[in-house]
Amino acid sequence: MSFFHIVVCSGVAPDPLQTLLPVSDHSAPALKNEQMLPHLLDPWAEHSLFEAANLAKNNPQSKVWLVSMAPRAKLSQVMMKVAQKASFELVALDAPSNGFTDSFAAAEKLAETIRSIPSLDFNRLLLFGGWESASRASGTTLQMTGELLNICDQFQGVDELEVTNDGSLRVLERLEGGEHQISLCAGPPAVLGWATGNLPEPPNNPQVGMTNMRQIMPALQKAQAFGYPADALQFTSVALPQQKRDTELVKDKNPQEIAREIVDWMRRQ
Amino acid sequence: MERFLYLLHHENDGSFADRALEGLAFAKALAAQVGGDLHVAVCGEQATKAAHNLAGASQQPILVVEGAEFAFPRFATDAAALTAICETAAPTVVLACSTTRMTRVLAAVACRCKGAIDTHITGVSVNGGQLSVQRWYYRQRIQAEQCRSKRPWFMLFEGGMAPAWQIQTGTVQIQKVECRLPADKIRTIVEGKRTPSGESQTIRPAANLLFVAGAGWTKKQSDGQTHPDQAASLIRTFLQLGGASLGSTKSLVDLKGEGQTVLPFLTHLNQVGQTGSTPRHPKGLATCCHGEEPHVVGWRFINERRAINLDANCGWAQGKADVLYVADAFAVLEEINKLLQE
Repeated sequence: MSFFHIVVCSGVAPDPLQTLLPVSDHSAPALKNEQMLPHLLDPWAEHSLFEAANLAKNNPQSKVWLVSMAPRAKLSQVMMKVAQKASFELVALDAPSNGFTDSFAAAEKLAETIRSIPSLDFNRLLLFGGWESASRASGTTLQMTGELLNICDQFQGVDELEVTNDGSLRVLERLEGGEHQISLCAGPPAVLGWATGNLPEPPNNPQVGMTNMRQIMPALQKAQAFGYPADALQFTSVALPQQKRDTELVKDKNPQEIAREIVDWMRRQ
Repeated sequence: MERFLYLLHHENDGSFADRALEGLAFAKALAAQVGGDLHVAVCGEQATKAAHNLAGASQQPILVVEGAEFAFPRFATDAAALTAICETAAPTVVLACSTTRMTRVLAAVACRCKGAIDTHITGVSVNGGQLSVQRWYYRQRIQAEQCRSKRPWFMLFEGGMAPAWQIQTGTVQIQKVECRLPADKIRTIVEGKRTPSGESQTIRPAANLLFVAGAGWTKKQSDGQTHPDQAASLIRTFLQLGGASLGSTKSLVDLKGEGQTVLPFLTHLNQVGQTGSTPRHPKGLATCCHGEEPHVVGWRFINERRAINLDANCGWAQGKADVLYVADAFAVLEEINKLLQE
């Protein structure tokens, strides 16, 4: 039976239902009232946490770490919810969560932090995360973290992972046009940047939450502070898209008339 | 002066993806504007043969890495091949178009070359010889223009930045780049592709129209009942007759995950919006969709937009669609299907 050491990397992101307004002060862009915005664990990374927990459940002796770079106070709030969903050990880094930062600096810090996790066996390492964050949304941090950890098998846009009888990993990655590529990897170490996966959000389990919180609070207390270098990126403008359209409201036509209008529009070059 | 390198891979049939050719046209224009050299490189099983379709793409020899091990997208081999090309060309700016193959490897290549990378680039401007790129943050919600001093600077373009470069067959100077990986570094075998069959193939990136289905299709209708089977039949017929690509809102996809009866051919891959895709199509028709900005992100790159909805104040459509039809989507789609069948 295979067992894995699964490290899930995730930041936090503003709740998608919130209105986001960029502001630029003298240094770098940020979100207006960022400290006040409710945050969530980054959505695709959260899926990867659920997949990690499921993999660990099905492969006894496996262990899950959640390495999270986020403002300590925000992370603390987010953990109240996430801790009830899956068993994991938190490794916290106290860092800004806004997306206007360079991913290489984040990757370097993540790689350094992962290397320093005691008892982590690199020969059993599966590095999980979202294939893109909901903030920087560049899809580069996890890839570079894997590269800095010298992991030469990487998969991005993963929707499915199956562990075969001989311990190999069968991975489905998204391709263009709704297709998936099927690859068979000899085993860990490997990087898996998850897309949506197949698992529903697990129900809250207060018992798991209480067990997790015993470790999470001390981990938050000793979260190392990290600041991004200011000179990696220079922003010349940051703005909301200006694309408000003059919507024509059609209220008084019957379905036949509307259908004719739409078909004519569809056929127009 | 900048030294540009444009990276391509060929498809299994030896052709190049439209998106890659669009990127090539854009790279040529950019290099000409800045006044820098443009090098072009091709990676794949038969890269030399494919490169002969790129006559006129560059004044320099086309760099190729080829061999059976480069036939399929695989991180270990692709990263090694692209790194070898970058080391040979020694560019200051590396350009590529965001095919899934390039997307899943280029950041690691940038890391190996001690460079910097920006992805999802939708525009590049040149000001006094200085390059700056436009890209989106917070999943297409905030637009930024930014520049970097670090080189090599890797730029991964979105599609549609320029009309595709026209294939020209002719004599092309080729420079082969050696890339040999030790056998123990290739630990992954590509077994093949899983393609949705027949009518379940609802994602069509080249379609003229994106049809977005919202959760309203599964709600109670005027008779107080839900009609998911009728909705599925109407939508499937429309997709077949109209050749449209199917997008869906998160709420509709989530309903399926919760075990509720929804459209049987719908998967997470259809999801558009903040946690889904942001496809590019000339036209978009949204039906029974509700919601605000995060969901509308899904059709940020749809040029002409129309919507059918019972709510005249729907946040999805007001200010975001060109035309909003306040009507019953079931009735309208039935009529549309009749017209498309004629």
